[in-house]
Amino acid sequence: MTALLEMTGLTVGYGAAPVLHEVDLSVREGRIVTVLGANGAGKTTLLRAVSGLLHQSAGKITFDGVDLRTVKVERLVRHGIAHVPEGRGVVTELTVDENLRLGGLWRKPRPDLGEIYELFPPLANRRNHLGHQLSGGERQMLAIGRALAAKPRLLLLDEPSLGLAPKITAQIMGLLRDLRDRTGLAVLLVEQNVRSALSVADEGVVLNLGRVVTRQKADTLADDADLRHAYLGF
Amino acid sequence: MDRFLYLTFDGLSRGAVYSAFALALVLIWRAARIVNFAQGAMAVATAYVAYSVASATGSYWIGFVVAIVGGLVLGAVVERVVMRFVDHSSPLNGVVVALGLVLIIQGVLGMIYGNNFRPAEAPFSRDAFQVGGVALLSRYDLFVFAAVGAVVVLLTLLFTRTSTGLRMRAAAFAPDVSRLLGVPVGGMLTLGWALAAAVGSLAGMLVIPTELGLHPNAMDLLFISAFTAAVLGGLDSPIGAVVGGLVVGLLLAYVSGYLGATVAPMAVLILLVVVLLGRPDGLFSRAKARTA
Repeated sequence: MTALLEMTGLTVGYGAAPVLHEVDLSVREGRIVTVLGANGAGKTTLLRAVSGLLHQSAGKITFDGVDLRTVKVERLVRHGIAHVPEGRGVVTELTVDENLRLGGLWRKPRPDLGEIYELFPPLANRRNHLGHQLSGGERQMLAIGRALAAKPRLLLLDEPSLGLAPKITAQIMGLLRDLRDRTGLAVLLVEQNVRSALSVADEGVVLNLGRVVTRQKADTLADDADLRHAYLGF
Repeated sequence: MDRFLYLTFDGLSRGAVYSAFALALVLIWRAARIVNFAQGAMAVATAYVAYSVASATGSYWIGFVVAIVGGLVLGAVVERVVMRFVDHSSPLNGVVVALGLVLIIQGVLGMIYGNNFRPAEAPFSRDAFQVGGVALLSRYDLFVFAAVGAVVVLLTLLFTRTSTGLRMRAAAFAPDVSRLLGVPVGGMLTLGWALAAAVGSLAGMLVIPTELGLHPNAMDLLFISAFTAAVLGGLDSPIGAVVGGLVVGLLLAYVSGYLGATVAPMAVLILLVVVLLGRPDGLFSRAKARTA
């Protein structure tokens, strides 16, 4: 089976110094791939390059055979890619309901938000609350729910566990697993929280100083004590 | 008491126009974080075209529609051709460019139409109805209230009930996130400028017949009053703009009625200074929400 998302020789930089060096990475349909690494390893940069928020200086990114360099950021969601940025990106001045509607606006017919509220029951009680009135966990649910309202084939998730209680992180990881199994969703998950990321991922990619150090099955990676000590700090 | 009633209605009628014009300033401020100092000149430009069309066709209403449509087009052009290329690293850049536009537009209007006042007729009588011997409202005042009221209702519906309004708000609050969600942020900005300029043109069409007539500088004084109204309301708040407009209208009416017309422009400037010193975020601004 060919990969849905495929990066080859990807080099990206802010200004002259590259942050990512010749990264090769692929995500197949129905798979969760997690990108791990210390702060500054280039994880967020990787996602921003996929969604076109940053321009690559060399290499190629294709999604379902389409060269993503030719796709504008605002058209990305129509190709089936939803990006939940770091810091969650909830529009705090809009209500929960408006945020969710925004996620599915480009679809015709408009998606049924009831499904999203079923996935995230706490949001259903807060439909008319503004984004800035929500807790961190609720905001994360809202950001993911809004991405799902677009019915994506690939979800790019940047540190969903940041600042969340372990219980909520576990809920979100469980949901990702469930969506993968039920709908064949592909996920590229960037995480600092290595344990919870590897608990849900099929494969793990370790980045160090912008280079891919290793790429392995998630359970193999979780068992590799040397690698964990060297790059992941536990 | 009669005089007070008369001045109150007169103030509300003027204030309604300030409200519309302040609303136009707020629309652009919310979308682009620019105070559009060229709004008055843009409105005068469309009013000139409107009155040319009106005198050529013999119909005020065709001219009126031309003014509104002209405002939409001019607003979109100004955003696409000029404002899009302004470097937003300093808030002054947009202001300076807008002031430059004022000079260009007023210069071009002067070259085409001359710098004399031209008569601009009102579509309805400006003679006030007498109620119990007191002159209260004219047909024209009612037209002003209806037009401004319609704009407020239509804009409210647009922003709160339609998908386009939701996209416009999202694009203004969080452009990067909106792009990732498929919102054409640039297009929404153009639409915001177009709508604002159309509302500004409406305000121009409403106020010009009540003043000395058409002149390249005809909106300069109105701009100051409307800007004060927008600042009073908090620049970010559409409701604030409407209330601010009515307050400034009443203030101007009372001051010119009781103290003399020459004092009125000064009263507006004093109000502006007091608001900027005492409550620079305006009466209706919400506390800044944390974004993290």
